[in-house]
Order: sequence, then C-alpha cells, then structure tokens
Amino acid sequence: MSRLTDTFQQPAKKVLNIYCTAGYPKLDSTLEVMKALQEHGADIIELGIPYSDPLADGPVIQHSSSMALNNGMTIARLFEQLKDFRKDISIPVILMGYLNPVLQYGFERFCADAAIAGIDGLIIPDLPVYEFETVYCSIIKKYKLDFIFLVTPETPEKRIKKLDSLSSGFLYAVSSSSTTGSDPKARKAGNYLQKLRDLPLKNPVLVGFGINNKQSFDTVCQQAGGAIIGSAYIKALENSTDVNAATKSFLSSIRS
Amino acid sequence: MAPKGTYQQPDEQGYYGQFGGAYIPEMLYRNVEELRTKYLGIIYEDSFQKEFHQLLRDYVGRPTPLYFAERLSRQFRTNIYLKREDLCHTGAHKINNTIGQILLAERLGKKRIIAETGAGQHGVATATVCALKGVECLVYMGEKDIERQAPNVARMKMLGATVISAISGSKTLKDATNEAIRDWINHPDDTHYIIGSVVGPHPYPDLVARFQSVISEEIRKQLKEKTGKELPTHVMACVGGGSNAAGAFYHFLEEPAVQLIAVEAAGLGLHSGLSAATTQLGKPGILHGSKSLLMQTADGQVLEPHSISAGLDYPGIGPMHAHLFKSGRATFLSATDDEALVAALELAKLEGIIPALETAHALSALKYLNPGSSPGEGAKELFFKKEDVLVICLSGRGDKDLDTYMKHL
Repeated sequence: MSRLTDTFQQPAKKVLNIYCTAGYPKLDSTLEVMKALQEHGADIIELGIPYSDPLADGPVIQHSSSMALNNGMTIARLFEQLKDFRKDISIPVILMGYLNPVLQYGFERFCADAAIAGIDGLIIPDLPVYEFETVYCSIIKKYKLDFIFLVTPETPEKRIKKLDSLSSGFLYAVSSSSTTGSDPKARKAGNYLQKLRDLPLKNPVLVGFGINNKQSFDTVCQQAGGAIIGSAYIKALENSTDVNAATKSFLSSIRS
Repeated sequence: MAPKGTYQQPDEQGYYGQFGGAYIPEMLYRNVEELRTKYLGIIYEDSFQKEFHQLLRDYVGRPTPLYFAERLSRQFRTNIYLKREDLCHTGAHKINNTIGQILLAERLGKKRIIAETGAGQHGVATATVCALKGVECLVYMGEKDIERQAPNVARMKMLGATVISAISGSKTLKDATNEAIRDWINHPDDTHYIIGSVVGPHPYPDLVARFQSVISEEIRKQLKEKTGKELPTHVMACVGGGSNAAGAFYHFLEEPAVQLIAVEAAGLGLHSGLSAATTQLGKPGILHGSKSLLMQTADGQVLEPHSISAGLDYPGIGPMHAHLFKSGRATFLSATDDEALVAALELAKLEGIIPALETAHALSALKYLNPGSSPGEGAKELFFKKEDVLVICLSGRGDKDLDTYMKHL
C-alpha cells in the first residue's frame, strides 16, 4: 500500500494537503518548510517546482515561483535537497511541476530521482491524457510513483471517470474553474463536489484552488476526503520571517 | 495510429511531425475540446464562408494587391513581388484571423473576447472586430510593449477595448499570452480567446493558419494573372509566432519547387544573448499549450527574448514552423535589429512604402540572398537568379513604429 493510500485510511479524518514552493522563501528553506508542515499537522505535502510560466497559477504562486527561481532553485538542486528527507519526513510528499522543466531534466531521470529520494507521487497539470497514456504512464509506473490528475466543474462525467481511472493516490478536484488563489464560486462548487461524491470513483477526492481558511476547508471537507491549500499558506510565509512560527499559526488556524 | 499530418495540416492530435499537441491544464480542457470538435464544421459552413469572404472583401479590403516592386527588384537583380497585407484594414494581416475567429466565437455563443498582443496589431485587429460585432473585448499586452507601441494602445482604447497591462515575467508577448490564458481559465463559460498567431494548443495553430491562408490563395491567383506562372520560386516572410508566414506559405507548402524562407529576429545578434531567433537558439519544449521549439535555459525555464520589433519578441514559434525547420522544408534566416532598420529605410526610399518593423526583418534577408553579398547563416544555396520570382509577405505597415524609426535613423 502506498504512503498516499495509507493517509486516506480513516475516512473521518479530513486530509489536509499543503502546497509549498521549493526554494521559497529562501533557496534552502525547502526542508525547513516541509518539517514545519509535518510537525504542525499537514497530512500531505505538495512540493511545487518553480517555473517561469506557471499557467494554472494565480499571482501569489507565480510570485513565489519567480522568487524561488531567483534564489537559484532548479530540479537538480531540489533533488540534492531531498536526498535524505525521508530521515525526517514520514508523511506523503508529491511533486507538482509543469512539464517543460521536467522534460528538459529528462522525464525518466526525473521519475527515477524522485523515486530514489522517496517521493510518493506527481502532479503535472499540463501533461495531457493522450501523451500520458501513449508515452509517460509506463515510465511513472516503472518507478512506482502515483500520478494525480485534476478535474474541474467543467469536466464531463465520462472524463472524470477516465481521469480517476488513470490517477492513483487521490483525485485533485479544482474547486471552480480558476487559477490558484482565486475565490471559489461557492454555489457551483457545492453541486459539483456532491456529484463527485456520488460517482463511483476509485480514488479519494481532495479539493483545491481557493481554499484559504478554516471555513472554506470545513465546507469542502463535508463533501470530500480533504483539501489542498496553497496560495493562503504561501501568503502566510510571505508575511513572516519565521517559517516554523508562521506554519504553526497557519495550520492551527485551519485545524482549530 | 492517427494518420500523419502534412506540412499544411496537423494529425488528429494536433501534431506537425513531432511538434504541436494540446498541453493544457484541465481547466482549459472543455473550451479547447469544444473548439477542436467544432471548428472545422463551423468554418466550412456555407453561411460562415459567405460572411467571412464578404467581410474580407468589403471590410478588410481584400484581395490585397500583389505589387511588382520594380526599384527593389533592380536593386537585388531579381523579380520581387510584395503581397500588400499592410493595406488591410487596421494595417496588417492580423485581421484575416480576427474576422474568422469573431465569426467562430459568435457561432459558439461567446459574449466576451480576450486576446494577447505584442506589437498591438493583433490587439487592434481584435478590438476592431469586437467593435464591428458589438462584443466586449479585453486585450492583454506586456507593460514594455504598451510603452513602445503607444499608437496601437490608443487605437484599441478608441475602439472600445480594455487594454490590460501584463506585468509578469519579461512584460512582453509571452507574458501577455500567459495572462490571456489565465483569464480564459477564470472565465470558462462566456469567453472566447482569439489567439493572434499560429501558436497555442491544437486546434489554434491550424485554425489561425487556415484563416491566414487567404494570403497565399490570393498570391497564387494574382501571380498567374500577372506573370502567367503557376508558382513563384521563393516566398519570404518574417516569423515571430509565425502567422503571416503560415498564411503566405500555406498553399505552397506541398509544392516542393517553391523555396520557403522564414526570417526570425536576431535582436542584437544571434549569439548576443539578446535575440528572438527561436529555431537557431531553441530546443524542443512546451509553451502556451503546444510542443515546439523554445528558447529556454538548460533547466527548462523560458528565456526572455529580445527584438526591436514587439511582434517578433517571442521565445517560441508555431509548431508548424518548428516542423518546417526540422524537416528542412523551409529555410530559416535571421536579421538583427539594425539590419531590419536599414531594410525599412531602404523600402521607404525605393518603393515609398514604410513597412512594420516585423516585416522589415523579412526584407532585410534579401541582402543575404543577393549574389555578390556575403551570405547569412544557412543561406549558401539560396542566391537568387535574375529570372527568379520572389514573393515577400509585406505583413504590416510601419506607422506604429515611427517613434522607433525616428530614434534610429
């Protein structure tokens, strides 16, 4: 059983997945942030690989990405930083990154290095289904990594089932059609999450985009296995000089 | 296996050779899929074709002339015809595509139009068709381009469009495109994105190429009328994303006798670090939803290009052109900022035509092809003969660039 699957074994407990950008706020903050997230109650860490052109991201994550790139973050540096992270971190860690930097690094090399480091899964939002099935799926499987697809309120039911069947670990439900950090259009999100709950999906569903406080976390958790918070946490880091204190206060505000 | 694409048309997944596809996040899937499944059906409907061609004729002013440039021809000791896209309404070829796409948007029931723009020509062409149809229009434009193309910003505003400054990244066309795509993600129901070049996820490169193909359709017909010849020996065009080149090449792509010459912007020089010559400096990569050649770092971060011409200041190139380059079907040359300025001045003095800075890049490559001059990179076997018939796509007029011209001349 994978670390991710394990995390969803108690349905009563809602899973909190926190996104952070590798190399942000400082180049060597990555592990410090991850340790703080584990210590203060995150269940999964989604570690973002910074990219110059993050199409699906709003201003907050765009900013953290360009800061991280200015700090000198690269995929090679990231894997150096992650070399021994499993000594300290036991919760699942997934890498989220756009396809182009991964392709330049070498897709198979990327998967191999991720697996060696102890990474559990990948989210590559601009990797299309056709290319996934024809080229990349077998490589991902070879290294026993989970792969997580996104669905949105606009995704037709048939396609939701298909994306669920291709995913493992969990299915990422984008709360509303938006870039990260936007306000979710709450009413529409409710109907859609209910629809997802009623579909016979093989994966648990985590809801992301626009989840920014206890209230929005609790609301989407009524209909899903948990939620993903990104921009709001990055903002909390942005406004503080102490990663541990900022993480503690942010997570306790969500979990209180 | 899906059938292999031709030079003209991509395969079912949107690939021209190894380039193309639709590398989009799921948030864009519904809109792109809707386009993909409907575009061919809609644009070849009789009522669409009728309205499209009527607007091209009565509103855009097509067919644009194919003009024999006598003094320019004498200068370069060959026969040069200029396809006068600069005489289109709004001053460039861009409107061929925006007319087509606004009619498509109308038939898709979209009420809100977004666009990106570099030099502002596509922005103006989009604002124009939105005014024509009474539709809301938002144009994303890099902050740096807003400064250097002020007349076009003013035109867009007068036409009722909202111009939104893209302040991320290099603050040019790449970033304006990012912002337009993000806007589309955030407005999935009512919005159509009018992409201005043969870039973006499938079916955009094919859609835009088809709308622009009217350029080469007319060239063929006009050349026959004027010279009796079926084909020119050479067709030349500048390439940023590559829409005017796609249009000028389109009906010659499957005619191996016609040499296709694309001219990219070398900026301050190919190896100066300040260039936009994607085929010379790029590697396969993914930008704005398609796999193509891309100027990027070894780590896969997209590089900030440089060109004096805002319309060529783009780190990518349409997948069709990447394929034309890789397969050797087209020859890719590049021209520096200075060479483009010289060529613009030369055309103004010899022919009384002030070209856009983008177009001036295509013209400046002439000197490489002239016997007796030193050839540019890749140009060795391309010297013109006296009897050759060369068509240059004069993609736009230079009014918008007067500030830059005055500064440098």
